[in-house]
Amino acid sequence: MSDAPSAARPQPGMAEGALARVAVLPVDLALRLLDPPMRWLQRLIGARRMAYVFLLPNFAFFGLFVFLPIGINVVFSVTGGTALFPSERPYVGTEQFGYLFDCGSFLDPSSCREDHFWRGVANTAKFVAFQVTAMVLFSLVTALILNMKIRGRGIFRAVYFFPVLLSPVVVALIWKWILQRDGLLNAALTTLGGQKILFFVDPSWAMFWAVFVSVWAHMGFYTLILLAGLQAIPADLYEAAEMDATPRWRVLTRITLPLLWPNMIVVIVLALIKGAQTFDEVFVLTGGGPGTATLMVVQYIYETGFASQVQNFGLAAAASVVLGLVLFVLTLLQFAAARRKEI
Amino acid sequence: MRAVKPVIASLVLSLLSATAFSAPASAETTTIRMAWYSDGIEGEVMADLLKRFREQNKDIDVVFDQVPYKAVNENLPVQLASGQGPDIARVVDMGGLSRFALDMRPYLKDPGYWETNFGPFLEWMRPAGDTQAIPGFMTQLTVTGPFVNKTLFEQAGVAMPGEKATWEDWAKAAKEVAGKVQAPFPLAVDRSGHRFYALAMSQGTKIFGANGEPDVVDDGFKRAAQLVYDWHKSGVMSKELWGSVSGTAYRAANDEFKNAQVVMYLSGSWQIAQFAKTVDNAFDWVAVPNPCGPGGCSSMPGGGALMAFKTTQHPKEVARLMDYLASEPVLAEFYARSLFVPGHLGLAKKGIDYPTASPEAAAALKVFTASAAQVSPLAYRTQGYINSRIIFNAAISRLGQAVSGETTLEDAYKRITTDVAQQIAERNKK
Repeated sequence: MSDAPSAARPQPGMAEGALARVAVLPVDLALRLLDPPMRWLQRLIGARRMAYVFLLPNFAFFGLFVFLPIGINVVFSVTGGTALFPSERPYVGTEQFGYLFDCGSFLDPSSCREDHFWRGVANTAKFVAFQVTAMVLFSLVTALILNMKIRGRGIFRAVYFFPVLLSPVVVALIWKWILQRDGLLNAALTTLGGQKILFFVDPSWAMFWAVFVSVWAHMGFYTLILLAGLQAIPADLYEAAEMDATPRWRVLTRITLPLLWPNMIVVIVLALIKGAQTFDEVFVLTGGGPGTATLMVVQYIYETGFASQVQNFGLAAAASVVLGLVLFVLTLLQFAAARRKEI
Repeated sequence: MRAVKPVIASLVLSLLSATAFSAPASAETTTIRMAWYSDGIEGEVMADLLKRFREQNKDIDVVFDQVPYKAVNENLPVQLASGQGPDIARVVDMGGLSRFALDMRPYLKDPGYWETNFGPFLEWMRPAGDTQAIPGFMTQLTVTGPFVNKTLFEQAGVAMPGEKATWEDWAKAAKEVAGKVQAPFPLAVDRSGHRFYALAMSQGTKIFGANGEPDVVDDGFKRAAQLVYDWHKSGVMSKELWGSVSGTAYRAANDEFKNAQVVMYLSGSWQIAQFAKTVDNAFDWVAVPNPCGPGGCSSMPGGGALMAFKTTQHPKEVARLMDYLASEPVLAEFYARSLFVPGHLGLAKKGIDYPTASPEAAAALKVFTASAAQVSPLAYRTQGYINSRIIFNAAISRLGQAVSGETTLEDAYKRITTDVAQQIAERNKK
């Protein structure tokens, strides 16, 4: 065997090069085919309007998978019956909305005709209030700690972010396994001489764990946003404060928090919207129980539209429209808050 | 470029050859999709029978989709309404799905055989007003009834109540046993409206008013609801089943029973195969006749039916498959291996041998077969009523709220009445 390079032997990288050429062939061909009509179009409508042409595919995609379903949902909300196709459904006007809003007092779900919807609204409001508060506080504290020069900072950042990568169903099943009658937590309690606690039978415990698990699962994402904000604060501000011997608490309240405020707004609004949409984790963890103590609006919509015997698409669609409007208002608030900060 | 050409040529060749080889096969074979849920081992048995069918009928390929029970209840109706459902499915809500049913009479070899052997059950599958259609057959006839952990009774030294014992007798005995052996669940009842009605029937509920329309909350219903409510208060029933989830969510106590945490478990005959497999020799278990009350001792009947749907593109082939599966020898084998109470009148009369059944399973099958013979006409009528599941679901959802302490029983009664009326009205909107 000779070490001398042979002319017949393929050179290293030759095969990869050939493969790469094969891979780009279709793209190259498509571009060549597209070039003449695109040039023609540009001559026809002008270069400035070409931007819209390039945006069109995305708009079409968005229209097909976002705006069209919203439209169909609105159509369903003004129809009744159990037929699936809108053309076969009788028009009922605002009857479904009237049914949802038929309440003696909006503060007392049991006085409402569709009490489950209002129990869902009340539970979601409670869940969002506790979850957003806890989420912002814990994310902030964690971000402040992870921003400090501590050993193993990279590992801690990864550890806190890891639950975000898990599927919500997996998260809920893991915690269910920990919290059930013969779960890990009760095993630990009995080992320490305590009594078993039936967490999913007591309404307060069920709501507590729904909030806790949600915060645990999503905190990493919000911590990352706040961490990015913290790292964007100019270091010279801290150096100046240090030279002035400013107390740490004052540094936090006068430098860190004001400069972190734009990120805080993003975190609060995103957490609010995501909290209002909560379904999968809580559904798998508690099934909406005990009773309806952790029944959220989205679970109500799912059960009304799909899980109940008479699949009431109209009522579910009306409830979706109401939820959509609430989320729309929250989004507007986010825009307003962001704009105010920019000014 | 020279290196690229052979690659492209081989790609094109392999594509062409794949198309050439697959085209004639797909043109000759008709594919039928069957959706199937399992309670025990019947999925394995059906897969085996279908394999045999394919060997004898090379022109029909059956795609056997084994799906969760929840998917049959929640996804299948939407699939069928959109015209995208399977050709055949094993279902429990026969009345609810009857509007999608295929009348197979024109395609069956001998519709008379079907009428003779599945007659009373065909009514459950027929659309309202139809007295002739043959949409499918019963893969099993089920009856509700309790399973008892006999070992726990022996350990506690408590005698098991006798054959005509009441629900109160059983509840008292189960509580006593649980107290002595520290079992967390004296009495468990599936969180299901159908199972609740096994109790309600025995308490004398009539379900229908004088005009034939549902009149759900009557004295018998209230007696049964009060029993369930009181049992939760006194600890006879744990809130973990009925009180821990919301709405119509189904909860069973299979795991708790097989872990010997339940003294008495009201479920039904479909559990036999599973308990025979999972409990094995861990403890002695027995099925006992449905307990009695002022309304008698009737169980609730039910079961799974294999139904064909009119959205199929291949009604002839579907009927051929159904003829094969419903034939006496095939169905006898299916019932025997799956440990099911037969839903075929001829086989029920002849009796089924269960050679693979353990002694416990064989004894349980005997008890449930006897219970099936004593099911009241009202129980059959209720099960076959097109809106029965609306009633079952309203009952379980609202009683669940009362049990968890969220509402009172009186509130639950009012809500059950309005829920049933509202859902039936919604279903009837055209």
